[in-house]
Amino acid sequence: MSVQWLGRASRRAPLCLPLFSQPVAAGFPSPAQDHVEQRLDLNGLCIKHPQATYFVRAKGDSMVEHGIVSGDILVVDRALEARHGDIIIASLQGDFTVKRLCLHPSPCLQPGNPAYPPIAIEEDNPPDIFGVVTFVVHPTRLS
Amino acid sequence: MFALVDCNNFYTSCEMLFRPDLRDRPVVVLSNNDGCVVARSPLAKAMGIPMGVPAFQVRHLEKQAGLVMFSSNYALYGDMSARVMATLEQLVPEVEAYSIDEAFLGLHGLPATTLPSLARRIRRTIDRHQGLPVCVGIAPTKTLAKLANHAAKTWPATQGTVILTDPARQQRLMSLLPVGTIWGIGRRMVGHLEQLGIHTALDLARSHPATLRKRFSVVIERLVRELNGEPCLPLDLLPGPRKHIVASRSFGNRVTERRVIGHAVASHTWRASERLRQDDNLARQMTVYIRTGAKDPNYYGNAASGAFAQPTRDTRQLLDMAHRLLDQLWQPGYRYAKAGVVLTDLCHRHQQQTDLFGDRPGSDALMDVMDRINHSGKGKVWLAGQGMQADRKAWEMKRLRLSPSYTTDWQQIPEVS
Ligand SMILES: [Mg+2]
Repeated sequence: MSVQWLGRASRRAPLCLPLFSQPVAAGFPSPAQDHVEQRLDLNGLCIKHPQATYFVRAKGDSMVEHGIVSGDILVVDRALEARHGDIIIASLQGDFTVKRLCLHPSPCLQPGNPAYPPIAIEEDNPPDIFGVVTFVVHPTRLS
Repeated sequence: MFALVDCNNFYTSCEMLFRPDLRDRPVVVLSNNDGCVVARSPLAKAMGIPMGVPAFQVRHLEKQAGLVMFSSNYALYGDMSARVMATLEQLVPEVEAYSIDEAFLGLHGLPATTLPSLARRIRRTIDRHQGLPVCVGIAPTKTLAKLANHAAKTWPATQGTVILTDPARQQRLMSLLPVGTIWGIGRRMVGHLEQLGIHTALDLARSHPATLRKRFSVVIERLVRELNGEPCLPLDLLPGPRKHIVASRSFGNRVTERRVIGHAVASHTWRASERLRQDDNLARQMTVYIRTGAKDPNYYGNAASGAFAQPTRDTRQLLDMAHRLLDQLWQPGYRYAKAGVVLTDLCHRHQQQTDLFGDRPGSDALMDVMDRINHSGKGKVWLAGQGMQADRKAWEMKRLRLSPSYTTDWQQIPEVS
């Protein structure tokens, strides 16, 4: 599975949706209006390091078992140190690829699809890690 | 104490971040209209491609040596620059964004022993978070910090950071650098100084400041004091509100038709008015200029200005004015190379007293809607004067090797196999 570049985290005002503590009664002024407790910001949830966050688009089916299918948008955080088990973006032979990073028993990049073999990491030639995937944006409705 | 953080080969580094396939290829970025080389990757430098060389003189290296050339992608560089500056602001309290790829940092009150590790941390963080290589120079003045950064770039053994707090080290470095390396010493000044026997930076540092002030200016006296470790140039943390907005561009091909130049001026007006609204400002004055190539035997260049009865941010009013000014300027029979629009005498929208008759009803709402559509990535709304897409090709900048705007446009998805 390869990846495509999409865009950066928005610097515009966050998209805010009010969270009500009680169900809202329709049609007349709601008593719940006095109880707006906080506003949920999807950027705040998904983007911990805005300056270090990039978006990429997944292509192909090599990561379906990890919940990434072709066309999904991946949130990539470069500020994080990649750990065992992280889904990462790495450059392999000049292409970006998304795989799971396995450090033991033997270091490899693990696809999420039995049709693809794991890619062994040679100690003297480690892949260039671009960043750690922190969220997957997967649309569920065809537009 | 000041630090200068400067990105290495900034434009090519931005391009290569998103193209791992180019890691072992020489890469250059070209100026406006793909004219000449303005940035070179380390491999391109090693090949001996000089800065500023016209693109056509190195084009053969694409086939012969695998050279990769890019048009300037300002959307990409601007975004990467903003990321670097914001990251620096998280590391130190005082950041002056000095150019697209350079920032001065104020490091006052930090113990000297912490400076080397701070410099390394800055380098590591920008490399990690943005994926860009930077060099860091730290010294008691901005001018010395510039020299320290130059040293960090020039000598790989420094590993990209140079701390220049020790006067003996400052002098040793200055003795190695020609006087033209100093920030603010232009080529003409180098000529004057050499006549006085001032060849190295150290020669200048040892000159008598008052004599130089008499001979040249207070600017050069300040430089001498700065070279001797006496800070004269403070951090410029608050660049005042924008005093004017310029939207101009050289044409990809020479333009001879009034209609085509009109579309270009309209498009510049549109961009300038968008910027005006982004800052929540109004403009009182507008200038339009057009000119042929500077060296054309048949040269023509002229500018016209007009004032608005009421300061405005309405693109329609600005376009009316732009077309009236262009009518005064336009002369047939010339091959025009450039047109520009300048908005001056700006004021903030809320400082402006409203004139009951001056404002067009619904103007703000209409402009907001147009800006929002144009920024949504879903398409563009044009005012009729800007011309259709086919017309735009006639005057728009040549950017034949433009990379995708990887970080600023959801629509620009490169094909990856
Ligand atoms: Mg630079």
